[in-house]
Amino acid sequence: MVMKFRSSAFAHLHIFKLANLIFYKLINMSSGKTYFMHTKTFAVISTILSVIVLMSFAIKNEPLNNDPNVVAKDSVASVKAFMDVYKVLMSPRCMNCHPAGDIPLNGDDGHLHSMNPQRGKDGKGISAMKCTTCHQPTNVEGLNQPPGHPDWHLPPANMKMVFEGRTANQLAKQLVNPKTNGNKTIKQLIAHADDGLVKKGWDPGEGRTLPPMSHAEFKQAWITWLNTGAYAPSSK
Amino acid sequence: MIKLNINKKPIEVDVDPETPLLWVLRDTIGLVGTKYGCGMAQCGACVVHLNGVAVRSCVTKVSRAVGQKVVTIEGLSENNDHPLQKAWMELDVPQCGYCQSGQIMSAAVLLNENKNPTDQDINNAMEGNICRCGTYLRIHNAIKLAAEIQRKDSK
Repeated sequence: MVMKFRSSAFAHLHIFKLANLIFYKLINMSSGKTYFMHTKTFAVISTILSVIVLMSFAIKNEPLNNDPNVVAKDSVASVKAFMDVYKVLMSPRCMNCHPAGDIPLNGDDGHLHSMNPQRGKDGKGISAMKCTTCHQPTNVEGLNQPPGHPDWHLPPANMKMVFEGRTANQLAKQLVNPKTNGNKTIKQLIAHADDGLVKKGWDPGEGRTLPPMSHAEFKQAWITWLNTGAYAPSSK
Repeated sequence: MIKLNINKKPIEVDVDPETPLLWVLRDTIGLVGTKYGCGMAQCGACVVHLNGVAVRSCVTKVSRAVGQKVVTIEGLSENNDHPLQKAWMELDVPQCGYCQSGQIMSAAVLLNENKNPTDQDINNAMEGNICRCGTYLRIHNAIKLAAEIQRKDSK
């Protein structure tokens, strides 16, 4: 919506300038300038106007949050914030537990988790290979020891919430759609920034890199993205 | 003092709550059937059951076991006659034997949940148990045999 407004404001500015130009040319014409000169100028103006109008449609982003409680829709601010969010979600601390397959990933290079533990129906593993078989309620001390949280798990099999391989456009759409985000509303998504397992990304245990910004910065970007309309970046 | 229930017996131990359960089992209580392999939950030699769920005792703090029922290889059966133990003996599975208690404890969780596991079920459940002697085929066959024994015993 704001992008539209800005685009139209941009166009209005040009129209104003062009109107001045036309007015100036009309005066010149009445004072004896050739009509041919004015027609040529008009053609140029028309072309420029057409390009501006077409561009305003081409660069329009997609608003995903139509929640009436949204503070003020602003596609530029929203997309900018999401690109920060995207950097974090695609970092190994987040993406390793949102794999495309049914085996979590390990390490900063996102290789398959050693021992090939399976997702299981509830995302908590299978038989003798539950997540909590190795992942304790807290981090185990020592280099590359298993990180811990009482509720360690992957997304469940019926809603995998995959991050791996998703473009910014795809992930933004996936995150705001209740059918693909764990049935969460915008309000619940905002609260999810403080989920214990989400925050665990910033306390991953020794030997693991942190996400590219602090949790506070991530949370601010996350909330900004959602509260300004949750726009998806262009798919192009 | 920390109160534990190990192999259906209550026991009190005077240890730091942060101590790994494996240390308490082996060094404090003297149950040395559970082995120390890697110390970082990567090999499976130290698997025990906590309320029926497999855990790696080398990274499990003893405080996590308080109020839970711990079962080690020594408590898996009264007379070493669990279907898995019968099958292990029948197929002469172990070579050096070091990983075998962990293998059996993981397999026991599988058979408790799945009375007729497929080859893929067995592979998925046993992926986290390493055998440096490479007895994997015998382990796999023994689990199949144990499932068969278990089904016959339950009739």
